[in-house]
Amino acid sequence: MKSVTCKQLCKTYHQGEVEVIGLDHVDLEINEGGFVCLSAPSGGGKTTLLNAIGGLDTPDSGKIWLAGERIDTLGKGELANMRLHRIGFVFQAYNLIPVLTARENIEFVMEVQGVPADEREKRSTAILREVGLEGLGDRRPAQMSGGQQQRVAVARAIVSKPALVLADEPTANLDSHTAEQLMELFVELNEHHGTTFVIATHDQRVMRYAKRVIHMLDGKVVDDERRDVA
Amino acid sequence: MSNITFRLAWRNLWRRKRRTWLTVGAMVFSNIILVFLISMQLGMYAMMIENTLRAQTGHLQVQAPGYKDDLKMRQVVPDVIDLAAKLRSEIGSDEIAARASAFALVSSEERSYGLQISGVEPEFETRVSSLPGLVTEGRFLEDAMAEEIVIGSVLARNLRTGLGDELTIIGSGRDGSFAAAVVTVVGVFESGMPDMDRGFAEVPLGFFQDTFYMEGAGHSVVVMAPTLIQVGALGGRVESLLPAGEGLVVHNWDVLLPGLKQAIQADFVSAWFMYGILIILVAFSVLNTQLMSVLERTKEFGITMSLGVTPGRLGRLVLLESGLMGSLGLLLGIVFGGALVAWLGHTGFTYPGLEEMAGQFNLPGRIYPQFSAIGLLMGPMIVLLASVTASIYPAVRLHWLEPVAAMRAAE
Ligand SMILES: Nc1ncnc2c1ncn2[C@@H]1O[C@H](COP(=O)(O)OP(=O)(O)O)[C@@H](O)[C@H]1O
Ligand SMILES: [Mg+2]
Repeated sequence: MKSVTCKQLCKTYHQGEVEVIGLDHVDLEINEGGFVCLSAPSGGGKTTLLNAIGGLDTPDSGKIWLAGERIDTLGKGELANMRLHRIGFVFQAYNLIPVLTARENIEFVMEVQGVPADEREKRSTAILREVGLEGLGDRRPAQMSGGQQQRVAVARAIVSKPALVLADEPTANLDSHTAEQLMELFVELNEHHGTTFVIATHDQRVMRYAKRVIHMLDGKVVDDERRDVA
Repeated sequence: MSNITFRLAWRNLWRRKRRTWLTVGAMVFSNIILVFLISMQLGMYAMMIENTLRAQTGHLQVQAPGYKDDLKMRQVVPDVIDLAAKLRSEIGSDEIAARASAFALVSSEERSYGLQISGVEPEFETRVSSLPGLVTEGRFLEDAMAEEIVIGSVLARNLRTGLGDELTIIGSGRDGSFAAAVVTVVGVFESGMPDMDRGFAEVPLGFFQDTFYMEGAGHSVVVMAPTLIQVGALGGRVESLLPAGEGLVVHNWDVLLPGLKQAIQADFVSAWFMYGILIILVAFSVLNTQLMSVLERTKEFGITMSLGVTPGRLGRLVLLESGLMGSLGLLLGIVFGGALVAWLGHTGFTYPGLEEMAGQFNLPGRIYPQFSAIGLLMGPMIVLLASVTASIYPAVRLHWLEPVAAMRAAE
């Protein structure tokens, strides 16, 4: 089955008089278990596409399916519910809640998902270990390095095993070593749980890990490159 | 509300310590004022009620049904003295006394006035009424059969009469027949209540019964409860002790003196206009704080929404935050306000001019604020409610927040 299918997605932004193309007739299919990079220079439409796939933003025209289900026709509440249960988001800025500890940041989403407290505790302990943050669960974001914070953000995104993870330039603020560690974590999750990854980036360090790289420019898909992982 | 959401709300408050403390401070300040003023009012009302009831109806009265509305002579309580004695022994209280009442014309050598004459048991009337203690000239009644009368000071002046003078009483008896007697003035009282001082007199109940052909009957048994709060329960007990088959009823003070309760309620309501302004000011300060706080967190809320958290849930978080601030204000307000009230409830509170004013109405010159749950809770609870209500707007506004736009917002 396809994890993501997009047909003829268009999105135009209006900035006063000026029209800016976000997406220009994008067709796209991503298989379940895929590990895909969206590559484009800044302003190429990566974020716009990820937001459309994640139901954060609605395209002007075109259709989107997630796991076979049409989502561009869903209402706000249904989209929120879909994001909550089926999609994990990772952003460039780590975007943790500053007053919550690492563990609480992870558990907060589970609490919203309705996971009972003891199960939350169990899962957050396991995921903290999995992302290599064992023992750091009680730290607040300000007490952690950028790489550690990004791992908490990843842990938060994947703790309930979503079928699809959307990551928007997740390594942009990380040094090479940390970036590589993060990518290895993604690959591991991809291989272990079959989680589909769509990663927007223009970072060569990231693209090395991709099984497929979709190149965009000015909102258009210009190249679709399938490769064996380096 | 679940665990982490609660922690999140609590910690969010302390991201801007000073601003939160300022808002909570405004709540505490107004809560202290409200606790103090409401407790003062309640203390004053209790005093007013107690004084008025002590001088007039008492807390409870046993009467014939319908008597309170038209005061007909023939609507009697039979064997009233025995009934009062029975209630005293059954309940184990001396603060119970029999009374009878009639309208009559009282004449001195020079003038005549119509007034209400009450027949009382001298021995027990002193226990239920403040009037015996308000006799400023002469003495109160002593003997149940004596042909004596105690009158108000204004009436004494109007009749141009004084201690030792004789007055003629003319009225109609229980059966409607002509009733007349001559009595000696033995005391003059000054209640501070113009109606009483002008148009009220007391005679011994035994003498009253003879004069008005009462055949052992009277019109009421007055019962005092230890405190105002116990009136309801005591009323039930008295009711259960009444002789069966005579159809007697028990009335509470608020039924006997509906005007008193209404006056108090009206005063209480009018005070709330002032309290309302205070509460609205606090509500606006909360509104302002929460609007700012939500605005500052636009980006954070955008991220949380992108994770699938609904605006409704985030709105409830904002309401919870206000609720927590309000609860903190409530707690501190009750503690400090309660301490103030407890202290003043002990020492009393007065201000220049109060003593002179109160003295005219035989009220004490000090007000003792009432330390009560309602006095402590009422104001702060409403402030809490207003705080949460004021946050509905910032909370609802989150529904218009677009996560994508919010995430682009500057931190
Ligand atoms: N909310 C917006 N309003 C106006 N223009 C926007 C908005 N979001 C994106 N754009 C524009 O759309 C284009 C694509 O942006 P984006 O998807 O963010 O690219 P990328 O993520 O690849 O850098 C850019 O030219 C950007 O300036
Ligand atoms: Mg981008």
